[in-house]
Amino acid sequence: MADQQHPDESAEHSGASRRDFLKQSSIMAAFAITPPAAVTAVEKGLHETIATRFEQMPLRVTINGAAQQLNIEPRVTLLDLLREQLNLTGTKKGCDHGQCGACTVHVDGTRVNACLTLAMTTEGCKVTTIEGLADGDQLHPMQEAFIKHDGFQCGYCTPGQIMSAVACIREGHADSPDEIREYMSGNICRCGAYSNIVDAIMDVKQGGQKV
Amino acid sequence: MKNFQYTEASQPAQAVQQIGAGRDTKFVAGGTNLVDLMKYGIEQPDTLIDISRLELAKIEKTATGIRIGALARNSDMAEHPLVTSQFPLLAEALLAGASPQLRNMATLGGNLMQRTRCNYFYDISQPCNKRQGPTAQAGCGALEGYNRIHAILGLESGDLNQSCIATNPSDMNVALAALDAVVNVSGPAGQRAIPIRDFHRLAGKKPQQDTTLAPNELITSIDLTTPQRAGKSHYLKVRDRASYAFALVSVAARLVVESGRIQDVRLALGGVAHKPWRLTSVEQQLIGKPATEASFREAARQLVAGAKGFEHNAFKIELAQSAIVRALQTVAA
Repeated sequence: MADQQHPDESAEHSGASRRDFLKQSSIMAAFAITPPAAVTAVEKGLHETIATRFEQMPLRVTINGAAQQLNIEPRVTLLDLLREQLNLTGTKKGCDHGQCGACTVHVDGTRVNACLTLAMTTEGCKVTTIEGLADGDQLHPMQEAFIKHDGFQCGYCTPGQIMSAVACIREGHADSPDEIREYMSGNICRCGAYSNIVDAIMDVKQGGQKV
Repeated sequence: MKNFQYTEASQPAQAVQQIGAGRDTKFVAGGTNLVDLMKYGIEQPDTLIDISRLELAKIEKTATGIRIGALARNSDMAEHPLVTSQFPLLAEALLAGASPQLRNMATLGGNLMQRTRCNYFYDISQPCNKRQGPTAQAGCGALEGYNRIHAILGLESGDLNQSCIATNPSDMNVALAALDAVVNVSGPAGQRAIPIRDFHRLAGKKPQQDTTLAPNELITSIDLTTPQRAGKSHYLKVRDRASYAFALVSVAARLVVESGRIQDVRLALGGVAHKPWRLTSVEQQLIGKPATEASFREAARQLVAGAKGFEHNAFKIELAQSAIVRALQTVAA
């Protein structure tokens, strides 16, 4: 974690930015009728490793405070980027179709489903995952509350539940158990820990701790 | 998911130019519907144009009401003071839809373009006229299949196996239909304004086409006119669980009552047809009538006249009428 660049610093020091890349490719796209070169690189017989390079695009994104300069295929979702390229496996893949909420992360402070977020659309954004919630060894109050209230059984949905719960309080939608149930409805728990999850959120909300 | 070329548009005009130049090119903003469809292989674009950073997210006052930019997120719309104060029906419908996470992502334009949730449209091993187009002569898997969530109104009188019995899944669209929204779009030939009743279409002989938007047009905003008379509104959504489910039936109702008589009424139904279902002739007949259950029941009967039930969804005919009556009683109280 010590060698991380400050996001603004890395922006200044990078050479050809993705914006420039996009501007150029936009101009090309506007005039090109033929299928995109990147998509057909393999079909044209290029070696797979070379073709893969063609198909990747630069992405700069800050994840849990660390500026990242990446090259990814446009089809990569934020969820797959986190789990498969950055080894941040705390964010879970449940349904992969925006129905379960296990992949909930914050993008620029807003909770979203990482499985339906194309990573390319997070250029320049600040992403927070469950790994970025604690302050070193000091758990986030919501993490403490989930442990205290037994807000999980198998634990698979828990990272998404906690990210959503934090957002729920920040949005101002945690004033009553009913409101919490409505605003946590995008996070499914098949073990059925719902009542304890509501208790955990109410506890943090009423405790008045900064989330 | 098939790979694709990704570009970003910096201006609406550039976006329109780019989509006109590509072979199989689509706009993407929130991605909540399109990315899902791409994962299933239902949509397979060669190029995606990211329009999410265009300056089209403003919600502002106009001379006659408000204008909402096409990139306004569902959550931003639902909580904006101009929307909650003047169009609470829209706010209520938006909050009835999806989950907080999805509402943070989904845009106005994307919600207008949201595709059906028909299981047979989503399952590429099943025949579907909407997915495959009418020339494929695929037929409709839902007709003889599990059709509990499907349409009861606005169905083709001819061979339904050539058409489509899917419904429009959006809650927002139902409220916009009741509020007579106007959809502003930009295309190669310039701008045009499409009244919401002409924006979504019945399946008919072109089941693959959900809307009248041309493939090279970009939705830029909608206009809403502030109603002349103060009234009460309600969005009633009937679904299989208390939250986070698509509507089996929904009702967007707005009512103005003076001295017990109906002065103005708007009624639109969701979950029952290929587009939000609204009959202004039924609303006209309610004007001047007493705001009583008998009047509401008669209007409900007329609104679903000609409804056709299939094996698993015939319950919707009665359910829709009960929902209409309950929504109107709620706003008349």
